[in-house]
Amino acid sequence: MNKVLFFAHLRDAVGEEFLTVNASGKTVAELKAELSAKYNLPKMETIMTAINEEFASHDEVIRDGDEIAFIPPVSGG
Amino acid sequence: MNYEISKEPINIQAVIDKVVQREAGAITTFIGTVRELTHGKKTLFLIYEAYEAMAVKKLEQIGAEIEQRWEGSCVAITHRVGRLDITDVAVVIAVSTPHRADAYEANRYAIERIKEIVPIWKKEHWEDGESWMGNQLETVAYPSGKPEAGDIDE
Repeated sequence: MNKVLFFAHLRDAVGEEFLTVNASGKTVAELKAELSAKYNLPKMETIMTAINEEFASHDEVIRDGDEIAFIPPVSGG
Repeated sequence: MNYEISKEPINIQAVIDKVVQREAGAITTFIGTVRELTHGKKTLFLIYEAYEAMAVKKLEQIGAEIEQRWEGSCVAITHRVGRLDITDVAVVIAVSTPHRADAYEANRYAIERIKEIVPIWKKEHWEDGESWMGNQLETVAYPSGKPEAGDIDE
């Protein structure tokens, strides 16, 4: 299984800090499209993705146990 | 622990003390504070949220980039999370280097990189509403999906 973390406006949209899903074997793009449709997530084209706390590209394949995070454009500083 | 996310007010001197070194001829300190007015719009307070584990890693990465690019440099960064009021300190960056020009340059590099790659978000609370920044009309758009140089002149 995979923990999927949401932040900022995505957390508001999903209504949860994280979901537990089975994303093993899917690409980042596939998982993103699936959750985007299911939760009607806004502006997903601007969202970066991290796997195990490191930025990942759209075609990276998720393995069982990976922690996924959807990263909206950051605004720290 | 030169790179930290803090739920408590930042002790500025403690961040500076981390970069003291005998080889240094300069320490620059950047203190980012909460501004009341942005383009005439009045902020009441901010909430900062972080993906803490990754944020610390990305701060460490920025420090490593600086230490590679500016020889003899030493870096410490603490970013605050939680509710911050106007004038509160949101981030402190201290950089020491053998010569002053590098200390200024490297410190500027650190804050610009924070605004590109560190997973921290701020929610602005105004008199007439609230919004996460980085994704709304009140700030820049990110057509490429990530912040670009030039978007970061706040």
